[in-house]
Amino acid sequence: MSFKSTACAATALTLATAFSASADSHSPTITIATVNNGDMIRMQGYTDEFTEASGIAVEWVTLEENVLRQRVTTDITTNGGQFDIMTIGMYETPIWGKNGWLVPLDGLSDSYDVDDLLPAMSGGLSFDGTLFAAPFYGESSMIMYRTDLMEEAGMEMPDEPTWDFIRDAAAAMTDRDNDINGICLRGKAGWGEGGALITAMSNSFGARWFDEDWNAQFDTEAWANTLTFFKDLMDASGPAGYSTNGFNENLSLFQQGKCGMWIDATVAASFVTNPADSTVADSVGFALAPDAGLGKRANWLWAWALAIPAGTQQKDAAMKFIEWATSKDYIELVAENEGWANVPPGARTSLYENPEYQKVPFAQKTLDSILTADPQNPTVDPVPYVGVQFAAIPEFAGIASEVSQEFSAAYAGQQTVEEALAKAQDITTEAMEAAGY
Amino acid sequence: MARAVTPRRKALFTMIAWAIGLVIFFPILWTILTSFKTEAQAISDPPVFLFFDWTLENYSVVQERSNYMRFLWNSVIIAGGSTLLGVMIAVPAAWSMAFVPSTRTKDILLWMLSTKMLPAVGVLYPIYLIFIELGLLDTRTGLVIVLMLINLPIIVWMLYTYFKEIPGEILEAARMDGATLKEEILYVLTPMAIPGIASTVLLNFILAWNEAFWTLNLTAAKAAPLTAFIASYSSPEGLFYAKLSAASTMAIAPILILGWFSQKQLVRGLTFGAVK
Amino acid sequence: MATKASRSAARLMMAPAVILLMGWMLVPLVLTVFFSFKKYLPLRGDRWQNGLDWVGFDNYVRFVSSSSFWPAVQTTLIIVLGVLIITVSLGVLLALLLDQPMWGQGIVRILVIAPFFVMPTVSALVWKNMFMDPNNGLFAHLWQFFGAEPVSWLSEASLPSIILIVSWQWLPFATLILLTAIQSLDSEQLEAAEMDGAPILSRFGHIVLPHLGRAITIVILIQTIFLLSVFAEIFVTTGGAFGSRTLTYLIFQRVLESQNVGLGSAGGVYAIILANIVAIFLMRIVGKNLDT
Repeated sequence: MSFKSTACAATALTLATAFSASADSHSPTITIATVNNGDMIRMQGYTDEFTEASGIAVEWVTLEENVLRQRVTTDITTNGGQFDIMTIGMYETPIWGKNGWLVPLDGLSDSYDVDDLLPAMSGGLSFDGTLFAAPFYGESSMIMYRTDLMEEAGMEMPDEPTWDFIRDAAAAMTDRDNDINGICLRGKAGWGEGGALITAMSNSFGARWFDEDWNAQFDTEAWANTLTFFKDLMDASGPAGYSTNGFNENLSLFQQGKCGMWIDATVAASFVTNPADSTVADSVGFALAPDAGLGKRANWLWAWALAIPAGTQQKDAAMKFIEWATSKDYIELVAENEGWANVPPGARTSLYENPEYQKVPFAQKTLDSILTADPQNPTVDPVPYVGVQFAAIPEFAGIASEVSQEFSAAYAGQQTVEEALAKAQDITTEAMEAAGY
Repeated sequence: MARAVTPRRKALFTMIAWAIGLVIFFPILWTILTSFKTEAQAISDPPVFLFFDWTLENYSVVQERSNYMRFLWNSVIIAGGSTLLGVMIAVPAAWSMAFVPSTRTKDILLWMLSTKMLPAVGVLYPIYLIFIELGLLDTRTGLVIVLMLINLPIIVWMLYTYFKEIPGEILEAARMDGATLKEEILYVLTPMAIPGIASTVLLNFILAWNEAFWTLNLTAAKAAPLTAFIASYSSPEGLFYAKLSAASTMAIAPILILGWFSQKQLVRGLTFGAVK
Repeated sequence: MATKASRSAARLMMAPAVILLMGWMLVPLVLTVFFSFKKYLPLRGDRWQNGLDWVGFDNYVRFVSSSSFWPAVQTTLIIVLGVLIITVSLGVLLALLLDQPMWGQGIVRILVIAPFFVMPTVSALVWKNMFMDPNNGLFAHLWQFFGAEPVSWLSEASLPSIILIVSWQWLPFATLILLTAIQSLDSEQLEAAEMDGAPILSRFGHIVLPHLGRAITIVILIQTIFLLSVFAEIFVTTGGAFGSRTLTYLIFQRVLESQNVGLGSAGGVYAIILANIVAIFLMRIVGKNLDT
């Protein structure tokens, strides 16, 4: 091949790509950015049914959680207009809604029955009383434990355990020779990983992120108690290298029968009781997240929800998709094909009133956990922010991801709990000053 | 290399080299093997090496979940387009640096390399805003341009070093025969530099193929290449080693195969002027 | 041979490359510098179209006075130096080895250069999950097999782990360039030295190494450029925890996680300055070698 023809071919190729990008726009196509969680991937599998019924084609951009956050945040803050629907959480929704970046979901049809959404969910996904994102599934956190190991240890899990009980039970269940850890908890850095667990846990120990004047509170005794208790518990009864374990790592461990207890997202209940993936499926029990007798439990509240960015050209089509994906009918569709245990949980009241769903072993505990979480009033002492395992201010994600890195370093033994807390205090104070509080 | 070699010595080197080669290659081999296991076998303790029930299930799951061919095609276009465009712009520049050097040639060359030092994350917002204004977001054209610019300094430098090895007398002779500058470049210079150009193309194709920051941040659905494909498999819920391995194998296989076939070319051609 | 006409033709031919790169350098640079003097918090509703508040050198002061700044610079340098030392020294040895006659030379070479074709994201994922995972990773099984306690690599030895992953990716590149250089070595000179009874180490030190000097500087130069901006490997493995936060990663946290574009842009300017200090230092060396 001569250079000339190579050059021509290259030019043609470049031009062809330039033009092909702007072609084909006859039928509406919506682009949806979503997270690669099991329920979302299942939803992708049913996309064809939606397209058939509505004539709207769907393009999926499925990304891992951290990449997704970074991607959609850049796009929404710059008004990039790359997505017609974004999958976001309870943290983002009120902040973005406040900035006017999301289309208010006030035109939903009657058959959608917006009042059926669990109040905790619609409350967390609203700003100033306007719903800005529709919950695809909602979760709190609870204890999942091995009934067989609990029995072997000669103990019985109360419905509402305390942290002291958890510590004793974990110690009793631990059997290092057989690779059984009494308890598995998230220690991984990241505000949505270990950060979420320790923040929810700190609420039950009477700690808080900020006082009412937005001063960081890591120099308080309550935080020292939280972190010390966590580290002592995990060092004594947790798996090796827990400082890098997140949701997924712990899920694998639990499914392999290497954990006695696991306090994590309620949605995990359907994974650990699924015999296809879990070796311990028939011996899992559930209980509410523990407390320390101060009136708050260590459970969080979260929803993955679908929202429409204000810059979209496909508002109506996007609205139709959201109505379809978060409807009662979609739940029925999944139940019919994959069983009630696999429907997206935690979003609708009617699901928990359904007698079929009530037979699912974790249904009632999931609902109870969701109902005991109170984002408006998350801590023992009053706070100026909304959110249980986060504070719904724009600066929180950045601060909390750095703070949780310091905590993880303490879990790994690279610094003491005191050093980690002192650094956390500095990081938070610094960042809040930079943001002009 | 006409040294006399005793068979014993040859055997010794063969053994050492193969051992080291296999150690270096092992992570890739392990990934490929794991992609044929079930999720349970992928984490079995002790690990199984070859004796497991080989299955293609992971590949079909991955294929069902994402449209692999589209990601692949985008990768090919983006890596190929940016490399070819880069070479077209770099050949004249490298030619003039090699054959009409001035006192500043070296400075220009080093300055070009220094443009690669701009940290990508630091300029994400500026570039994203510019892309919005130009309507280039999620287009292959946009990525072709960005990756071309990122790799242009390397292309220029590589070509420059190849051109410099070509004796000037040949060009003089062509000029005597009345060849124009264009003919000189197209018919005299380029054929002689083909091996060099080929290695340049290869290396930059690989670099563009593996670029994971801009390709991920400037695309959505239409122009997303294999780097975005991988980002949807990195840490889903539940057991995922086998599926991750299958997706990884699919993402690296095309470039790995290309690399293997062109191994000789790469071994000979990657000099950056290192050879005198 | 450089006539006036060919000089202007040369300038013309260089123009597209120079102008494009000038644009690619200047436009983002100017915007970055511009943002670095502004308060730009996108999540607080700041949009550049609406005008941004001027804050002088606040962002610059804040970025360096942050307790994370100097550790990040240090981490960056450790990673760059660590990878350079490993890839160059192993690269020389490997290149020498691969140059020896052996059976299946082509296949061995393929095996050795294969990691270079693997995307950084993939290699980080594979190493992290399938090798370094303290429960299911292959290293953990290996350690257990020998009766040792499995190591939690990415938390207990985060920097060495990252250096290992990055070195694995860049070793093939170093080996390739050094191998090309070795192949051009005059074998008669070596043989003569061998005949004279020069021991292997002195042959290496007096003939091979000087010959490779130029190739080594080029490996160092090119790798440094790429290593200064290592990102995917850290993002995937530790997310910047356990003391593995480089300057690039710190900027990422400021810009994307904290959504403080002004502060991140100031960090970007510092990173450019650091890169240029390293570059000037390197180019002094390479420039000398590049002349000839």
